[in-house]
Amino acid sequence: MTDSLLSGPEPDPAGDAGHAGAPPRVGFFTDTSVCIGCKACEVACKEWNAIPEDGLSLTGMSYDNTVSLGASTWRHVAFIEQSVPPSAPPVPAPEGRTELPLAGEAPAGGDLRWLMSSDVCKHCTHAACLDVCPTGSIFRTEFGTVVVQEDICNGCGYCVPACPYGVIDQRPSDGRAFKCTLCYDRLGAGQEPACAKACPTESIQFGPLDELRARAALRVGQLQAAGVAGARLYGHDPGDGVGGDAAFFLLLDEPEVYGLPPDPVVTTRDLPAMWRHAGAAALSLAGGLALSFALPAMLRRTVRR
Amino acid sequence: MGVRRLLRGWPAYRQLTGGDPLGRGRAAMSGRTEALRPRTDTADRVVASVCPYCAVGCGQQVYVKDERVVQIEGDPASPVSRGRLCPKGAATLQLTTGPARHHEVLYRRPYGTEWERLDLDTAMDMIAERVIELRRATWEWEADGRRVARTLGIASLGGATLDNEENYLIKKLLTGLGVVQVENQARVCHSSTVAGLGTSFGRGGATTFMQDLQHADCIVIEGSNFAEAHPVGFQWVMEAKARGAKIIHVDPRFTRTSALCDLHVPIRAGTDIAFLGGLIHHVLTEEKDFREYVLAYTNAATLVSEDFRDTEDLDGVFSGLDEAERRYDPASWQYEGTDVQAPAGDVEQLRDQRLRDAASSSHPPPGHAETHGAGGPQAHAGAPSDPTLRHPRCVYQILKRHYARYTPEMVERTCGVPRETFAEVCRALTENSGRERTSAFVYAVGWTQHSTGSQYIRAASVLQLLLGNIGRPGGGIQALRGHASIQGSSDIPTLFNLLPGYLPMPHAHTHEDLDTFVAASRTDKGFWGEMRAYTVSLLKAYYGDAATPANDFCFGHLPRLTGSHSTYDTVLAQLDGVCKGYFLMGENPAVGSANTRLQRLGMARLDWLVVRDFSLIESATWWQDGPEIETGELRTEDIGTEVFFLPAASHTEKSGSFTNTNRWLQWHHAAVEPQGDARSDLWFMYHLGRRIKEKLAASTDPMDRMVQDLTWDYPVAGPLQEPVAAAVLAEINGHGPDGAPLSTYTELKDDGSTRCGCWIYCGVFADGVNQAARRTPHTEQDWVAARWAWSWPANRRILYNRASAAPDGTPWSARKAYVWWDADHGRWTGRDVPDFIPDRAPDHVPPPGATGPDALRGDDPFIMQADGKGWLYAPSGLHDGPLPTHYEPQDSPFTSALHPGRSRSPTRQLYVREGNRYHPSGDEPGAGVYPYVLTTYRLTEHFTAGGMSRWSPYLAELQPELFCEVSPRLAAERGLEHSGWATIITARNAIEARVAVTDRMRTLTVHGRPVHQIGLPFHWGPNGVVTGDAPNELVAIALDPNSHIQEDKALTADIRPGRRPRGPALPRLVADYRRRAGITEHTGEDQRP
Repeated sequence: MTDSLLSGPEPDPAGDAGHAGAPPRVGFFTDTSVCIGCKACEVACKEWNAIPEDGLSLTGMSYDNTVSLGASTWRHVAFIEQSVPPSAPPVPAPEGRTELPLAGEAPAGGDLRWLMSSDVCKHCTHAACLDVCPTGSIFRTEFGTVVVQEDICNGCGYCVPACPYGVIDQRPSDGRAFKCTLCYDRLGAGQEPACAKACPTESIQFGPLDELRARAALRVGQLQAAGVAGARLYGHDPGDGVGGDAAFFLLLDEPEVYGLPPDPVVTTRDLPAMWRHAGAAALSLAGGLALSFALPAMLRRTVRR
Repeated sequence: MGVRRLLRGWPAYRQLTGGDPLGRGRAAMSGRTEALRPRTDTADRVVASVCPYCAVGCGQQVYVKDERVVQIEGDPASPVSRGRLCPKGAATLQLTTGPARHHEVLYRRPYGTEWERLDLDTAMDMIAERVIELRRATWEWEADGRRVARTLGIASLGGATLDNEENYLIKKLLTGLGVVQVENQARVCHSSTVAGLGTSFGRGGATTFMQDLQHADCIVIEGSNFAEAHPVGFQWVMEAKARGAKIIHVDPRFTRTSALCDLHVPIRAGTDIAFLGGLIHHVLTEEKDFREYVLAYTNAATLVSEDFRDTEDLDGVFSGLDEAERRYDPASWQYEGTDVQAPAGDVEQLRDQRLRDAASSSHPPPGHAETHGAGGPQAHAGAPSDPTLRHPRCVYQILKRHYARYTPEMVERTCGVPRETFAEVCRALTENSGRERTSAFVYAVGWTQHSTGSQYIRAASVLQLLLGNIGRPGGGIQALRGHASIQGSSDIPTLFNLLPGYLPMPHAHTHEDLDTFVAASRTDKGFWGEMRAYTVSLLKAYYGDAATPANDFCFGHLPRLTGSHSTYDTVLAQLDGVCKGYFLMGENPAVGSANTRLQRLGMARLDWLVVRDFSLIESATWWQDGPEIETGELRTEDIGTEVFFLPAASHTEKSGSFTNTNRWLQWHHAAVEPQGDARSDLWFMYHLGRRIKEKLAASTDPMDRMVQDLTWDYPVAGPLQEPVAAAVLAEINGHGPDGAPLSTYTELKDDGSTRCGCWIYCGVFADGVNQAARRTPHTEQDWVAARWAWSWPANRRILYNRASAAPDGTPWSARKAYVWWDADHGRWTGRDVPDFIPDRAPDHVPPPGATGPDALRGDDPFIMQADGKGWLYAPSGLHDGPLPTHYEPQDSPFTSALHPGRSRSPTRQLYVREGNRYHPSGDEPGAGVYPYVLTTYRLTEHFTAGGMSRWSPYLAELQPELFCEVSPRLAAERGLEHSGWATIITARNAIEARVAVTDRMRTLTVHGRPVHQIGLPFHWGPNGVVTGDAPNELVAIALDPNSHIQEDKALTADIRPGRRPRGPALPRLVADYRRRAGITEHTGEDQRP
């Protein structure tokens, strides 16, 4: 029972959160292989949610001046420039010497790759932020998404270290915690989230999670068959450490390359075990304490006889 | 009851009694959460609109609540955007409702140091007075003994983001006042397109529409950063890619477009003609041309005059060059059998000859290259030809000889493109062209903004004609225009050398009446044969009842040109004290035009300046805090320019039409009224014209007669007396003798019975219905989506589509069927409106003596051309040659490998002037002082000169600072640090930028040695939420002779680490560089032995 509450398989997060007759679970499939790095998603999200601008400085991180998700950035486009060395080793020159590329420059004949990816709150099946929220501000919606209720949040900040992806944060000017709502208000009226609507190449796809997962499986198979070796899905697996993400991705390289944790685990997963250990420790302590009083008493009785 | 509800609302109660014992879902929902509704649902109304940024023209939906705009997002019904928006389109809410917008009129008195408030009514009156006064003071009836009836004292710039109706009134009023210096962003952006595509095919606009790209088997994106500059349009490239098309990106930089393409080809900026010439060479040498198409639909077989000499014969120039005048006499370029053998030089003489022989051509005057959409109207319709293509003087053989040395080796040497990569492009293009497959070219200002820009486009046109891709689905050339209505501001136009519909503005000639003008400009064959009807109808729209046959329909009222009056000539006229009054309407030359220092110095010599915009752009505040104030070159107290700042209404606050890059006219509806003093440019022009006419109504001065005759009767509505834009569109569309709206331009007459403000737009109000406002969703139509908006001409979506069928009228292949002949019904039919006479059979041969459209054969797909054919070779229309030739840019580190004795185009326009010095190039001494190639470009996150993006925090935070992109090798060579500062210097000015060291900038090997390129996005200026130096400080004015467009895509510069000097030390640094390079007023000219 505690297993599915905090970790392990969880096929119906909305239903198990008290939403009877909930609609199918929805989410995002972000296919980064067609992302053009335009950041329409960042802007559409800010416009819809009236999020403040949060930083006017050049970072030097390729075209990424947004840096990371946070209280005032709910969509973040990462840019990774890669120089892929040529697949064949360089041909030796006639004199027998091999032409080596100059240090700090892409090898001649090699390929350039520029990975672009729009990151977002994962709306985990097992959401640690939700689990640790003491006020009930963060809750599971009927769509299976995870939403912060601004009118309840008291700014305690417990959710911030809880998130295994480092998504949620507190707004300095405000104190409360903010994150992507998967446009909960729009979903309620049958409209798609602002970022998915805006995305020019449909890198961000919105819809029922089952459908998205099926589509993603086809797409990654297509890419691998076409020789894109690094193509893989991320966050799609209901058996992973967070029970699968409602917002999952198709990446073209290792998650670390994109700044994503390779093996995220819901930070409350070990809570039951921890409490059991704590309980055991407490019992042992209590037991030991009781013994420390009982034993001498028992011994005294034995000695008096 | 209240207690129970209270209890049920208590989360803890719900937790204990409901299905959510842990309180993680249902039980924890607050009342506010339960009541949440999106504002897209609670709005009072949703208004259909169009994005005001680029020329993709994405549909927008504007949500209004309590008379305020509360949300703007994409319109899912739009066939081109399908509901999507780029970051700029997505930031439209902030643009239109954010704090950056001004709503009050501001006024700066001469020599003043601060802005003052001024009420709108007073401002309008003052401006009207100034226009009348200055017009009177600078009026000239004659120049050089010829009637001009104009003033060069007033000029106007803008605007490509204004509505068609606004541009129409600007051109109409100013032309009516005798002002010829009317320009807009189209001049500095895609004017080369009009000259290049126009001479090749007959019309100067994209030949296809963006959605058609999905059907291409290969797409070459060159001179364009499609994914960054037109992100939503790029979805159609992705559709093609998903179907297996090969996508190639040729660009000096590896950009966000390259990241999604199959092949990126790095190229030295400024060498695309060599690259395209190499492709042409390959096609001709390997005989990969689509022979049947070429024979039937191009002028490949036509014989050229035996007086013609090619650049291969004359070491880099064509026959007929007058070195001193820097002009060609194109007489020797003509087809054989035309009578013109005129001496070089005098325009008048050539014109007379042309008039003597209606079938001959003549020296086109400045700006003429863009007229007709062609500029080549005079070619003889029936020149001799050789269908075997073997005659040495047939166009095909001339082409082969001209490109004989554009080998892969030459391409590698000149462009820096490795032979294997070049071979891949050759293979991809030729394998994907022909009956069964088509390839498309997509380009933008990476091609147009060169001193040979028109020839870049000509080169692509030649290639696509040879490959048989024009007029076919998945083929064609998509000229990606950049502003919301820049196609419109070219069509309508606010350009000095054109009248609406690409009719030429008349030049000053002795005794030129309407008939002479028409005879000199019309074609014998094709639809330009009806030029008199188009011109008379325009004059009737402008002058109404005052225009009668007896007075030549007021043709004499039109002011005359006496040369080039382009925006750059106007700036020089300002510096010289000739032009004293200036209107800027949604354009920002202090950041967006070449040589921004001269732009500001020019404005400092004006009597008055009127700036209309959203925020206090740099072109409005230069007198107070511009760069020359910082360097001390100018003192605010010494600047006498009177400045009016009038806040402009946004597109959500006015109704009107934009013409996008698909040539679609799309109507956007006003959602709310503008606030404060903000007014639309329609309101401004209308009421300015009304006031001026009122003040001049009683005048008996003959110079005011033309103003009194101008029709200026538009209905107004609403509390602000806003002119009804639909009434202006109706005038543009035209009316018949009974006052009913016309439906097609074939209804236009030359007897004064019809009126039409722009003949190519005739049909937009067919049947009295605003066709531009049609919004049938794409989900309810086929992919051509002909019932969304209205495209010119006649709602045709792919131009020249007769060429999608073989000469016998059947499709070239089932796979590429588009338009074909239906013999049963005796009509052309298919997926689009046929770009042809509907019932002209494919085998039709016109009777001898037929003229105009009657002279078109059944296999003449290019119905605007004088011979009905696509021009591989352009016998007339362009000032710099009938065939594209590679020349080096004005400032270049290299001598031409092709013609070392003639590195640069002999007819490029140079402006020798202090402040506009050119660099030594190639092997000239001092060239090494500016050793690197510099190219400017755009970022997705910003928009042109920044007036619509640097003021929006949501866009500003995405790209907050100006940066330059350099390769690691260049960084090492010059000691540049990533994220550090660099100073970039040319002979014009110096700027500073942050440094981005990246492998995406390749070091190329050109002429056997490495060459580095510096990349600079041009969006920054000193005003706004984010600020920086303007890269156009560095660019000189060196122009393409056909289009008068500047060369900002390839120049040279030096770069060094560290921030630039401030104050007077800045010009000293720039002067020091000039000294080291030995620059004089003659540097950059061609020293002939």
